[in-house]
Amino acid sequence: MNGIGRLIARDLRLAWAGGGIVNPVAFFLLVAILFPFAVGPDIVLLARIGGGVIWAAALLAALLPVERLIGPDAESGVFDQLGVRGFSMAGVAAAKMLAHWLSFAPPLMLAAVVAAGLLGLPAATLGRVELGLLIGTPGLAALALATSALIAGMRGAGALAGLLMLPLAVPLLIFGAGALEGGAGALKLLGAVSLVLVAGAPFVAGAAMRVAME
Amino acid sequence: MADPDQPPRLAFHGVTGARGGRTLFERLSFILAPGDAALVTGPNGVGKSSLLRIAAGLLAPAEGLVEAPRCAVMAEAAALDPGQTLAAALRFWAALDPVPAPKDRVAAALAATGLAALASVPVRLLSTGQRRRAALARVVASRAPLWLLDEPANGLDTASVSTLEALVADHRARGGIAVVATHTDVTLPGAHRIAL
Repeated sequence: MNGIGRLIARDLRLAWAGGGIVNPVAFFLLVAILFPFAVGPDIVLLARIGGGVIWAAALLAALLPVERLIGPDAESGVFDQLGVRGFSMAGVAAAKMLAHWLSFAPPLMLAAVVAAGLLGLPAATLGRVELGLLIGTPGLAALALATSALIAGMRGAGALAGLLMLPLAVPLLIFGAGALEGGAGALKLLGAVSLVLVAGAPFVAGAAMRVAME
Repeated sequence: MADPDQPPRLAFHGVTGARGGRTLFERLSFILAPGDAALVTGPNGVGKSSLLRIAAGLLAPAEGLVEAPRCAVMAEAAALDPGQTLAAALRFWAALDPVPAPKDRVAAALAATGLAALASVPVRLLSTGQRRRAALARVVASRAPLWLLDEPANGLDTASVSTLEALVADHRARGGIAVVATHTDVTLPGAHRIAL
């Protein structure tokens, strides 16, 4: 296994150990369960807004572990030790992004099936939600990582993370929910936004990590 | 990176160190050949850690040029995963070093730092001094030609400081270079003194 592979394996192990996989999924399902309580058990209404609910819940779930993605490693000197061993911070950030996606997106997509059942979504809508999540969650992982690097070492970072990340996630939400109406164009735009975020986030996060190290 | 055919050396050519826009030291020049050691001394906040970080390539010098071989760093932060056993945490780092046989290197380093009995203990259960020795074990296990030790004696008992001195002496005897920043007494026979 090469260095980047070891970093991804380490982050996945830490995510498992820290409840980083169970928590977002439980949170996601809880939001999906709470929604019918708020809008009433109208099955037609729920089926219509259910896809959007799943998207909003996915966004919040991706944000949950944002404080432990970069901050603890910056504090405990892990990035210094990696830097000494010749790793670029952008490479480390890319590994962390991939590990974050692996730890939250597949479980979330499984949980979305349960949520769809709870909200009474038709099978066709569920299919589009799953496809949208597959395309959009890498973008969410990228945003979470970049946000995490920008807020590392700050006090009260969690609230700030929400303020930073949620507005930037709006395009993902628009095109993700838009794809539910059956627009292939929305899926393509979702893919484009996701790709831009995935391509840019390691460099943004890497730069923030380097600044924090100095 | 240095030419692998040349013997490893650490050279500062007119290096100025600055942090947050404040100049810490100016035009510092020295050359350490294999077997050499340097003791960086000075009061708190004078730039000892920054000098080590510049030598490690973690901090860019404000001015000047640094030549350094592959190095191992012991800093204040342990950078060991609290949930893992000591041996596993050290093996993670040893596997990232560009030298073979990480398991053997870690086992030898644990024995050299007197931590062999704690190999299967989770890092979170270790005392401060044991964690410091674990960080030293990581440096030993790296087999890097240049050791950069920032306040290595902090939190160590007298016996462990002797172990540290013996390990540095051994490293130098094998052609290694050591730079030690400290405000306490660490005995390095024949070391250059860099007073900031």
